[in-house]
Amino acid sequence: MDFWSIILDLSKGFGVTLKLFALTLVIAIPLGLVFAFLSMSKFKPLSYLMKAIIWVVRGTPLLLQCIIVTFIPSVLFSIPNKDVANFLNLDRIADLQFLFVLIAFSLNYACYFAVIFEGGIKSIPKGQQEAGQVLGLTKGQIFRRIVLMQVIRRIVAPMSNEIITLVKDTALARALGIMEVIMIAYEKVNKYVILTPLLYAGVFYLLFSGLLTILFHLLEKKISYYQVT
Amino acid sequence: MEEKFLEIRGLRKSFGSHEVLKGVDLSMKQGEILSIIGSSGSGKTTLLRCLNFLEFADAGSILLDGELLYDGEHMNVKKMSDEQFREKRLHFGLVFQSFNLFPQYTVLDNLMLAPKLLKRGTDAEIREHAEQLLERVGLADKKNAYPCELSGGQQQRVAIARALALDPQVLFFDEPTSALDPELTVEVLRVIKELKDFGRTMVIVTHEMEFAKNVSDRVIYMRDGVVEVDGTPEEVFEKSDNEHLRQFLNVGLSI
Ligand SMILES: Nc1ncnc2c1ncn2[C@@H]1O[C@H](COP(=O)(O)OP(=O)(O)O)[C@@H](O)[C@H]1O
Ligand SMILES: [Mg+2]
Repeated sequence: MDFWSIILDLSKGFGVTLKLFALTLVIAIPLGLVFAFLSMSKFKPLSYLMKAIIWVVRGTPLLLQCIIVTFIPSVLFSIPNKDVANFLNLDRIADLQFLFVLIAFSLNYACYFAVIFEGGIKSIPKGQQEAGQVLGLTKGQIFRRIVLMQVIRRIVAPMSNEIITLVKDTALARALGIMEVIMIAYEKVNKYVILTPLLYAGVFYLLFSGLLTILFHLLEKKISYYQVT
Repeated sequence: MEEKFLEIRGLRKSFGSHEVLKGVDLSMKQGEILSIIGSSGSGKTTLLRCLNFLEFADAGSILLDGELLYDGEHMNVKKMSDEQFREKRLHFGLVFQSFNLFPQYTVLDNLMLAPKLLKRGTDAEIREHAEQLLERVGLADKKNAYPCELSGGQQQRVAIARALALDPQVLFFDEPTSALDPELTVEVLRVIKELKDFGRTMVIVTHEMEFAKNVSDRVIYMRDGVVEVDGTPEEVFEKSDNEHLRQFLNVGLSI
């Protein structure tokens, strides 16, 4: 087993890791925004319900949530996962597993993001919105053109922390049979009785989170052209 | 009978059980400058906020140029859409004590944002108007600066220009100089004074008694949620024998 073929197999695994990472972000960011607005809703029951959901999700392990989502069709609705896969036109049961994990990850991260978004939105002085109101702008215009940019600026740092945590959290998917990079490295370790594949896997994570750190740093610099008063 | 441009009748507003406005009556002519004085907590800010529909009065009415904009008894405020109030707000402008400029936009973009979104003309027209306004408040050279790079006095002048960019029929100021050092107060007051020559109808809540005396056509003294004294600067500052007003003015002079 030479170095390059190990690296090749590991990169396939890291591809799965990246796929889970990227899809989670694509779903969890808008969903988190929706959750944040629900949690700030003036209709109290809705707001309390959302806050309760966020509390439960943030207060329990992501791994547990992944397992629960996996069991929902079969245990709650007595539909075997095989039928779910058929229904969704998924050829492999592994694809269904991936879908379950993605749902759990997206919900989990949407809740974390919602808290950050809500805090960010609430930190913008009321006067900004009121200035927009007296200038005759609509609620949507005020949010998009006045508030949003200021919120983004305030949440870049906490969001980058969460997103880098997400990179590492993807390793949990292994527990549900997703062939991500650590799973593949682990197989190699068992098969060839060498430790290096796991170290290489670690290097993949390091490089990727390092890249993200740099990107976030650049983004933060770019949007910090004005001072917050 | 003098013609009434802005007319406010019996405006009432409570926060919970605390009645802040207890029936405010007030009317003014077009082009008039009205100063509102009164100790803190007397309801001046709440009055301006009700007139700009940032708060909704529980009772009373607001008429502008004969048009009924608001009627606390007969309009079902809860059922009215944000859009309806948005249009009503466009009659008025409000300059805040704390400026509330948009920090992420340059001075010019602060002025141009609303006219652009409201499609008040082509980009070129809007820009030209904005630059004229900046000229008028003496900040033409700061058009590409960000608010954080300006002094408080300059920020407030930008805020005034921003409000003027929509050409409101009445412009309200809520203690426009209270957040400023004395030397910056002067430049802001000068700008407001110059607006008078353009015939702009203005209502100014202020603690600057000299300014109220010299610039306004009328002064009202608010106390405990009502208009207690209403008259020309001379009547209010020199001739009134209202005890509360005298006391308020004396305290003001001694600090
Ligand atoms: N949103 C609010 N909720 C509760 N009380 C308020 C609110 N706004 C103003 N008040 C109260 O109304 C009173 C008048 O306030 P304000 O209109 O700001 O007076 P002024 O501008 O004359 O100092 C104060 O006692 C203030 O605490
Ligand atoms: Mg006030």
